[in-house]
Amino acid sequence: QVDFWRHPTLPGHPADLRVPLPSLQQVKLFLQSHGLSHTVIIEDVQELLDEEQETMLRSRRTKRSSGQFDFGSYHTLDEIHAWMDTLVEAHPGLVSRMEIGRSFEGRPLYVLKFSTGGSARPAIWVDTGIHAREWVTHATGVWTAQQIAEGYGRDPALTAVLDTMDILLEIVTNPDGFAFTHSANRLWRKTRSTHPGSGCVGVDPNRNWAVGFGGAGSSADPCADTFHGPFPHSEPEVKAIVDFIRGHGNVKAVISIHSYSQMLLFPYGYTAAPAPDHLELSHLAKKAVSDLAAVHGTKYTFGSISTTICELHPPPPCLPPTRDGGATVPAVPADPAGGTSIDWAYANGVRYSFSLELRDTGRHGFLLPSSLIIPTATETWPALLDIMLHVLEHPY
Amino acid sequence: QDIEGVGHKYHLELELEDDLDKDTTVNCTAEVLYHLGNKNTAPDVQVTLEGELKSTEEADHMFYTRIRSLEKELVAENIPDSHGHVAPELEPIHLLAWAASGYIIWQNSTENTQLQLAQITQVKQVKRSDEYLQFDYVVLLHDMVSQEIIPWEMTVLWHPRDGVQVTRDSRQPGHPSG
Repeated sequence: QVDFWRHPTLPGHPADLRVPLPSLQQVKLFLQSHGLSHTVIIEDVQELLDEEQETMLRSRRTKRSSGQFDFGSYHTLDEIHAWMDTLVEAHPGLVSRMEIGRSFEGRPLYVLKFSTGGSARPAIWVDTGIHAREWVTHATGVWTAQQIAEGYGRDPALTAVLDTMDILLEIVTNPDGFAFTHSANRLWRKTRSTHPGSGCVGVDPNRNWAVGFGGAGSSADPCADTFHGPFPHSEPEVKAIVDFIRGHGNVKAVISIHSYSQMLLFPYGYTAAPAPDHLELSHLAKKAVSDLAAVHGTKYTFGSISTTICELHPPPPCLPPTRDGGATVPAVPADPAGGTSIDWAYANGVRYSFSLELRDTGRHGFLLPSSLIIPTATETWPALLDIMLHVLEHPY
Repeated sequence: QDIEGVGHKYHLELELEDDLDKDTTVNCTAEVLYHLGNKNTAPDVQVTLEGELKSTEEADHMFYTRIRSLEKELVAENIPDSHGHVAPELEPIHLLAWAASGYIIWQNSTENTQLQLAQITQVKQVKRSDEYLQFDYVVLLHDMVSQEIIPWEMTVLWHPRDGVQVTRDSRQPGHPSG
């Protein structure tokens, strides 16, 4: 039970040991009864640790300039909020922060709006972090926001998009879940809503949408990780987006970012029938995936949610996969099914609805090393730009 | 391939990449037979390597000697950590868990499962009087289909000569929504 910080070596030479409180009396008695002289050099190790934590926190807080923000690291909710402040300060004519609602536990739901003016312009919606444990998505959202802010006026394609359209980016779509992954359970997925009659917490925010609600791949069990919730849009995190997009009235694309599996998916998830725009979405996905691969060689598969899953689970009720999609056979199934955000968006008039599953394919899974954040974000960028450009060039 | 009355057979062509030497690849083929009906039987797997895997004798010996000479039994938690990092001296412990959980995943696989090792919650070395190294792990497996995180206990024995053995494993009740 004692922890030697300096091991005994020769007689006459000191040794240092850390003693847990419950053993303190015993150890002192032992030393005394054997005539071993001893002094206390640190009264309370925990105190020192607490001080160290405080110093670390203070040094983090002093990094206020957005340029000093470490995009290659994972950050806490507070750090992301603080960085948002600096981004808005640094680009006041372009970036603003809106609050579209509050989470179950009362945290603000922030959306960054990138706009060069106009009113009620057509907009592209991007969300990251709907599932709490998918940390690379928040990190990619942060990097992408910086990319957009700094790229306007420099990147011709991005500039063309922003001169006509707005970009709306919700980085921490599930702040309660995200905070929980920092404080208690790194692999938490859902929201943190409580439900009468159940000791279990949380709803899968990507099964809580009204279209295909309660369908395949979601669960009615509050303890399940794919619990769809008591009713559609029961989660304030989801309702806030529903109300916002409906209220906006001019959202032309929704891109929902997840990890992991390396896929680019489009509707439908709740049925195997192809969406009316299947061909166009498929061609766009193929281009985006190709431009993504050109950066670091990372291979993504693409297709509709349901057929991409069905390629892996041939038994009924899956239909044979369509051959115009999918560069290679997917190695890993993505989030299947009913009640997903992009099925809802598509059914509500948003033609360009995509779901991205970022790195990797299972080697690290949710625990993607922070050294891979920037490679992931940089390769995802051209895919996002492809979609945004296509939307720009195909107004509806 | 649908084999009537028996099950479904899959023929796979795989390319293995050496993690320590990315330019080195070895091809291999595999046949996996999922049995009809009885979900308690692991699929039959036959693997043929087309080429040779590099010798790991030196690294194995170093790891073995290092662990055998530890005064205190090794204990570690959360590998990788929240940021995806693994301390270099714990990398072999991590790799051992990968191999061992591969066995567990195989034993618990059907055509409709997709399990991955997500994280090692805890590992404790247990010193033995024989020549084997023993590690008692609690690992978390991620089920892609249900999205659940499943805790699993496993006892792993290892020796440079004999490789990995999982001598005991048991699925734990999760704390799914606390």
